[in-house]
Amino acid sequence: MDTLLPIQDRGGPAQPLLLATGLRKHFPVAGGLFGRTTKVVRAVDDLSLSVAKGETLGVVGESGCGKSTVARLLIRLLKPDKGTMVLDGDPVDEPHGITVNELRRQVQMVFQDSYASLNPRLTIAETLAFAPRAHGLPAAEARERVRDLLSKVGLDPANYATRYPHELSGGQRQRVNIARALALRPRLIILDEAVSALDKSVEAQVLNMLVDLKTELDLTYVFISHDLNVVQYLSDRVLVMYLGKIVELGPVEAIYGNPQHPYTRALLSARPSMDPRKRTHEAPIQGDPPNPIDPPSGCRFRTRCPFAEDVCARVEPPLADAQFQAVACHMRVAGSGHSKAMAA
Amino acid sequence: MTNMLQVRDLHVTFVTPDRTVHAVNGVSFDLARGETLGILGESGSGKSVTLRSILRLHPEHRTRWSGSIKLEGDEILDMAPRALSDLRGQRVSMIFQEPATAFDPVFTIGQQIAETVRRHTGKSETESMKRAKDLLEMVRIPSPAQRLKAYPHEMSGGMRQRAMIALALSCNPTLLLADEPTTALDATVQIQVLLLIRELQREFNLGVIFVTHDIGVAVEVSDRIGVMYAGKLVEMAPVERMVDAPQHPYSRGLLASTVHDGMRGQRLESIPGAPPDLAEVPSGCSFAPRCKFVRPDCTTAVPALRDIEAAHAVRCVLAA
Ligand SMILES: Nc1ncnc2c1ncn2[C@@H]1O[C@H](COP(=O)(O)OP(=O)(O)OP(=O)(O)O)[C@@H](O)[C@H]1O
Ligand SMILES: Nc1ncnc2c1ncn2[C@@H]1O[C@H](COP(=O)(O)OP(=O)(O)OP(=O)(O)O)[C@@H](O)[C@H]1O
Ligand code: SF4
Ligand code: SF4
Ligand SMILES: [Mg+2]
Ligand SMILES: [Mg+2]
Repeated sequence: MDTLLPIQDRGGPAQPLLLATGLRKHFPVAGGLFGRTTKVVRAVDDLSLSVAKGETLGVVGESGCGKSTVARLLIRLLKPDKGTMVLDGDPVDEPHGITVNELRRQVQMVFQDSYASLNPRLTIAETLAFAPRAHGLPAAEARERVRDLLSKVGLDPANYATRYPHELSGGQRQRVNIARALALRPRLIILDEAVSALDKSVEAQVLNMLVDLKTELDLTYVFISHDLNVVQYLSDRVLVMYLGKIVELGPVEAIYGNPQHPYTRALLSARPSMDPRKRTHEAPIQGDPPNPIDPPSGCRFRTRCPFAEDVCARVEPPLADAQFQAVACHMRVAGSGHSKAMAA
Repeated sequence: MTNMLQVRDLHVTFVTPDRTVHAVNGVSFDLARGETLGILGESGSGKSVTLRSILRLHPEHRTRWSGSIKLEGDEILDMAPRALSDLRGQRVSMIFQEPATAFDPVFTIGQQIAETVRRHTGKSETESMKRAKDLLEMVRIPSPAQRLKAYPHEMSGGMRQRAMIALALSCNPTLLLADEPTTALDATVQIQVLLLIRELQREFNLGVIFVTHDIGVAVEVSDRIGVMYAGKLVEMAPVERMVDAPQHPYSRGLLASTVHDGMRGQRLESIPGAPPDLAEVPSGCSFAPRCKFVRPDCTTAVPALRDIEAAHAVRCVLAA
């Protein structure tokens, strides 16, 4: 198989580009006195999602809720404890499917820390040529590709190809990281806090570029960020996580315009106001997110939820279809036993 | 309102064997008792250096400074060690992004707050511990009596940040310096801490200087906002003015490029290029290389910070 040409679409537009089912990742951590007992961080717990061709799926949630773990599972930097993945119809890492290496060619990732992810001893051109060369692209063609990649991310090849990472600003380094993610002509790019470390004026440049590249190269994005405004700006659908679980998932208009889950509502109204005449007068919820080691039973949000009732501690709410979105809350499940739920 | 703090033409330069950094290049502002000034700017613009100058926290042998910082009439830049220690312990407190640096990991929160109280008031140990408990209650830490016995690492990020605020207020300062105290916190926790700072500021009539790179955060807490660029204040205005009608091309660009509600599908306005290197003192407007309105007189002299109306000053040749 020639791994250096753009991949042809297989299953047509209706087939999800990436389908993940029942993903689970628990990390054992030493606990107790002398670290003898083992506790478990339930970083991602039975999480299923699909990414449609050509969309941007935003992922939000507070620190430690498992966003980066999901990202690492999706490109198999981490092996899931449980769960399956299918890329455009092909099961991943299964006898009749595609290999993890093939997955990692079609799915690329960009991280927050633009400096740590570049080798300080390689020039920008060397960094960008590395993967294509390793996949067998002849040197002359690799040089051509590097020039093309640099132009695509708005860096003049004549000026930047021979520079080292420390000779670039943060925004320029992040452009290089994006160029590197594009080097093998992937179909899906996972952006994990990719613009979070940038100053606002530079962040806007990179966001504009991401929008342009998506159209030009027919890309699909998974965009992970703690910045709710940026996620709203970029995403078609949004997935809200809390302590390793999806609490709400749906079109961006529904999530931001009519959030259903009490956590989503709290998160959105915790955004600082941009208008001094409409300052926030009350925090939507109190307390900190609990530790993902030994999360609360039933609904994991119940310790901070103003609507929690008995059933919330006993039964885990399923992610069920509401009007336009899917919500994991007993108030939305008919007959759940929550006083605000409809009778079954 | 009388001004408790006057900063005039502050310059701070760091000289190390391999480089010189002109971090602050002529900053002047006043702060009144009971007022919150937000200082907004991008990474490296000199926000933290300006703030730390008020406590003289820079390494003395590598730092050159000039100008004047007066607190209630006393010149901080001339203070002898004894006066400096009074300044830091009793008159001015600082809170910052990483509370871990404010607390010693081997002592409990209660021991550390009580010790600070004891040192500054001469109260007995029991009385100091009682005051420490009141302080934890004041920053709305649940079950404060138990929390006194907690070690810093046993508290969540939001709790530690509250405890640091308690520590900062333990000596009844009149001026509180806040350097991105909520930047590392989760959204739902950040808003709680912002509201707490706002309430305490009112309750104790504190002067507050709140440094942040987040416009939303600055808008939530500030009475006035100063925008810094390359070691200078380029604009200073009451918060409503700054949000409604920023005048400096950099402030305008910064506000326009900040993504917020209702911008979906629009192309973002962005400022080309990146902030300048601070190795040289610029001879003209520092923003000129990125400014779309640049004209010849922008680069011949440094534009002055001029009042364009009451309480609204702009450092740009176009402002009038
Ligand atoms: N290799 C690991 N070993 C142990 N625990 C881990 C490991 N990686 C992640 N965790 C834990 O799993 C949980 C989820 O972490 P993750 O990095 O996915 O969160 P996140 O949502 O990306 O957070 P952030 O917003 O801070 O980036 C956290 O509690 C984290 O401490
Ligand atoms: N002790 C020091 N020695 C040398 N240079 C320093 C020192 N402290 C700060 N600087 C430099 O001074 C400049 C201004 O730094 P400062 O910390 O004030 O920026 P800032 O506006 O607070 O940025 P950030 O948003 O990243 O915190 C930077 O170039 C920084 O590297
Ligand atoms: S299931 Fe219960 S605790 Fe969870 S969000 Fe819904 S009402 Fe709140
Ligand atoms: S002084 Fe000139 S270069 Fe500087 S901001 Fe004003 S117009 Fe732009
Ligand atoms: Mg992460
Ligand atoms: Mg700083």
